[in-house]
Amino acid sequence: MNTEKVGEIRIVRLQGRLGEVSAPQFEEKMKEYIGGGEVRFIVDLAELEYISSAGLRSILSTAKDLKERNGSLFLSGLKGAVKEVFEISHFSDIFKIYQTVPEALEAMEK
Amino acid sequence: MSGRPVMPERVKSAAEIEKLEAILDFVRTRAGRAGFSRRRTMDLELAVEEAMANICRYAYPGGSGEVEVSCRTCSGGAFSIEITDRGRPFDLFTVEKPVFEDCLSRRKLGGLGIHLIRHMVDEVRYRRAGERNVLTLIMYEREERKTEGSNPRQGETAPHNAHNPSGAGL
Repeated sequence: MNTEKVGEIRIVRLQGRLGEVSAPQFEEKMKEYIGGGEVRFIVDLAELEYISSAGLRSILSTAKDLKERNGSLFLSGLKGAVKEVFEISHFSDIFKIYQTVPEALEAMEK
Repeated sequence: MSGRPVMPERVKSAAEIEKLEAILDFVRTRAGRAGFSRRRTMDLELAVEEAMANICRYAYPGGSGEVEVSCRTCSGGAFSIEITDRGRPFDLFTVEKPVFEDCLSRRKLGGLGIHLIRHMVDEVRYRRAGERNVLTLIMYEREERKTEGSNPRQGETAPHNAHNPSGAGL
């Protein structure tokens, strides 16, 4: 996981796997950012190969938390197995998903 | 010179989420040797992770127990993974399909594991054998499905073979 900030927006890039072992670490890190007052995130999954229900839960939990704070979490770069899991779980219905980080940034900055 | 190391056909471990990586390593290696593509191996890993997570959380309430995972390639070419625990009875086919609220606030956390298991593998079987839960995940296709997001063998019309514990058809 690596991150960068573009103005008020934090871009979080996930790599490899987001499952039972790694999802709690992701969620904890996001809580730290949110605790520090950040409320706008783009989570890029272009380099994520694998996601399980634990990974989905960590993203959903973070997004719910942000919604309560009038924040937002957009996703980008879904492909392959990760995209399929999102579709099967109907997560594509509840998240704003963009092809690339620049597209997500443009939408969030509007 | 030594020959190829002999792979264990089964692994047994404490039913703890910390043991998941070792179980997934075992599954990955066995599936790779059985000729599965990387993508289909990940499908299998996902199904096993979800099943293991359920066992670790719910099979032994207030206590601890074991889980055993075994892999085999059947004569017809099907690859099966059997996951066994001695916890409380749990037939995953009794679990209702999750409700997919299209509003973020109303969407429930959790409840997706079994849904994913049933999508990721070609066939799922459950039987209660004495004191054991036996979950069998079967894969026929070793390559990616042609259309992402659909699985013609599985899904809404998943066969429920809980009453066909003989393994016929493998």
